[in-house]
Amino acid sequence: MKKSKALSRSLRTGILVLLGLIIYAYGFQVTRVNLKEIQSEQRQESLTRVLRALAKPDIIEYKLDEATVEIPYSIPCPVGDVNLSEPDKGKAYLTVTPPCADPETEVQIEGFNFAPNTSGPIFFIPPSEVRLKRGDMTTDSSGHFSTTIRLPDRPDENIQKIITIARTRVGGPQLTRTAIETWEKIVETIFLALLATTFGILFAIPISFFAARNLMRDVTTTVSALALSIIGWPLGIWLGIQVAKQVQKVSGALTSNGWITLVILIVVSLAVYWLARWALPQEEVTKPAFSVRAARAFALLISGLLTILGMYLLANLAVLAGNALRPSLGSFGFLANFFSSLGQILNVIIVAITALAAGGVVSNLAGRVGKTFLDRLSMGTRLPVNILLAAIAGATLLLLLAAVINWFYQINRRDLILYWPAAIGAILGAFLAIRARKIDVLPIGLAIYYITRTILNALRAIEALIMAIVFVVWVGIGPFAGVLALSLHTIAALAKLYSEQVESIMAGPLEAIRATGATRLQTVIYGVIPQIVPPYISFTMYRWDINVRMSTIIGFAGGGGIGFLLIQNINLLNYRAASAQMLAIAIVVALMDYLSSYMREKVV
Amino acid sequence: MLEIKNLSKTYEGGVQALKNVSFQVPKGQFLAVIGLSGSGKSTLLRCINRLIDSTSGQILWNGMDICAANEEEIRLIRRRIGMVFQHFNLVHRSSVLTNVLAGRLGYVNPAWSLINRFPKEDIAKAFRQLERVGIADKAQQRADELSGGQQQRVGIARALMQDPEMILADEPVASLDPVLAHSIMQYLEKINQEDGVTVLCSLHFLDLVHRYADRVVALNEGQLVFDGLPNEIDDLKFKEIYGKDAERVG
Repeated sequence: MKKSKALSRSLRTGILVLLGLIIYAYGFQVTRVNLKEIQSEQRQESLTRVLRALAKPDIIEYKLDEATVEIPYSIPCPVGDVNLSEPDKGKAYLTVTPPCADPETEVQIEGFNFAPNTSGPIFFIPPSEVRLKRGDMTTDSSGHFSTTIRLPDRPDENIQKIITIARTRVGGPQLTRTAIETWEKIVETIFLALLATTFGILFAIPISFFAARNLMRDVTTTVSALALSIIGWPLGIWLGIQVAKQVQKVSGALTSNGWITLVILIVVSLAVYWLARWALPQEEVTKPAFSVRAARAFALLISGLLTILGMYLLANLAVLAGNALRPSLGSFGFLANFFSSLGQILNVIIVAITALAAGGVVSNLAGRVGKTFLDRLSMGTRLPVNILLAAIAGATLLLLLAAVINWFYQINRRDLILYWPAAIGAILGAFLAIRARKIDVLPIGLAIYYITRTILNALRAIEALIMAIVFVVWVGIGPFAGVLALSLHTIAALAKLYSEQVESIMAGPLEAIRATGATRLQTVIYGVIPQIVPPYISFTMYRWDINVRMSTIIGFAGGGGIGFLLIQNINLLNYRAASAQMLAIAIVVALMDYLSSYMREKVV
Repeated sequence: MLEIKNLSKTYEGGVQALKNVSFQVPKGQFLAVIGLSGSGKSTLLRCINRLIDSTSGQILWNGMDICAANEEEIRLIRRRIGMVFQHFNLVHRSSVLTNVLAGRLGYVNPAWSLINRFPKEDIAKAFRQLERVGIADKAQQRADELSGGQQQRVGIARALMQDPEMILADEPVASLDPVLAHSIMQYLEKINQEDGVTVLCSLHFLDLVHRYADRVVALNEGQLVFDGLPNEIDDLKFKEIYGKDAERVG
């Protein structure tokens, strides 16, 4: 009994060892481990050359004074006498022994009266004037050198030349072109990382709340409210886009002169402020009458429209101001460009903001109104209404999905992209409504949580380098594509990290805030946010650190920054320049590492 | 008047925390809830302000069924019910003043909360409450810099900000030493007597019950096993509440 156990154990060990052996053997085969290549002399030579080049980053250079000395030379020896003119011995001169020779023989070359301790190359110059490098020379303290060179295989009837170029350093060291380019690109890299991190945070913070289980777990809704919200979203988005377009026209008409626009903007802002102040009383113990609430809703609507108008005016004003200031700012013209760009960006995103806000408001309103309406219905009539609403919502959802699929695959068949999705969606919705007729509680919070998580995980799985390829196609090669790619990756990564922090906060304070009668939003602001500030700052610093590292290579895919230079120089086998860029990356990454850990320590 | 009728709560895992509990609390009473750990005291208190949803039964308060209230109604109910917790449940990184002001959140407009604004009257009120519990000088300090007794006083001030009709105190002195425990209990007693606020307070120590409570209800494994005056708890009742092997201390 015991023996067989021991036997089976040793058998199992043996099989495991064998299995391990096979796995590693296959690994060697697949990765082509090859020790012969390592030992090959040719490979070692190239390795030495590259490593030596890498050890000498192309950063500083000296201005060189070049003194060229030449001597005529014949290959092969001409028939008859060699006409040797006596060199001027007062200056630097060369002698070659023998004075003429056959191709590919070794000759001794000597130099006299050179500047002491200089060095330079020795060239053979055939009549085609191509410089054929034959060797190097270095003079001693008396300005003399002696070396042997091998003549090239260039027999010619004409007299050819051997020249030496003695190079002496003039003045102090100065930066090379590579160094200056590297500096420019490394600055670009750092700011690329900064912008990507900033954009990333702006989106990651709100998203992180939707990806936090402890906040979303308790959010539930009813079938009818969910159905009305789903119908409300596309409706609201469409409405928002229309409104934004109209307001943009109005704002265009109001923008002619900068000063007038400024005055209108101030008036509009004040109007928004006063309307909001009136419509949103700070504190109310009892619910006001319906007429008061209706008036307030109207005031809020007006102030919302005015806000959109104000944003458009601000955008226009920024562009105007930027254009007006550019000539007078001189070398600080980038500030004016910044204003103009901000204005243009604002102009573009107002439509998106308005669409999203309108979608949210309409869907929220539809849900609430629907709920009050449905609560008054009797149990018997509620079910058919629920089924109808859920069917419409299901059809809407699947039609939108079908539109997206059609955009990608261009099916363009009415039955496949219109009728079938609508029918299936309606049936699914109705089915859901019937199933939920007893306990009308849908865990919408958890659904949003899982959807957000899935999208974030999918985005995180795509490397920033690959995202850069897509963005390069969209916005062209350059740092902007890199910013967009890194931003997207940052959103996915930070939202995940942030949401895990939200999930690990203390539940007690949250419970206490909820117990005071706070709304969900207030609970987040007063119970969650104070608890997550330190980890958020810490993770943001960490992410900036990562982004600096990523932005050094995002240029490989055309995303701008120093990576662009680096890959170019590696491809051109210009290892000394590549070495300068690697050095710059190493310095920046090390500094960033140090700085971020220092700041995290200070803040947290 | 708070009336609890046949209240039961079964947690998702199948644990039955409350079994058919019924009792009434007249307005202005100081009611102690006693029982062993895990007997359902916390669950009972949390069912009253719906931090936990009960499985069946009714909780009638001023003629309204709390168990059947919708989300908006529950908010309006909660803001009149203050709650004090065993572990104080203050937001550590916020200032004492902000923690106290949080008691006002049920009243202020959520839109103003977005920019962290409270009305001036509320801020003045918060200082008054802090003065009442004797720590007005700590208003600007961070909540976690305070000692345990001070933190619980902030918790009481927060509950007072709600202008409560009723305060639920979930073992408010269990993490404090005996001297501090009495001082905290005295604040609750004062609020009960001066403002006429109903207090439901779960307690561990019988001497505190005798000293402060008007009436006692006792839970054992989710069942109501006693409902009466504190001095009615004799040795027999005591063993019924706390089990056969329990011994009286203090």
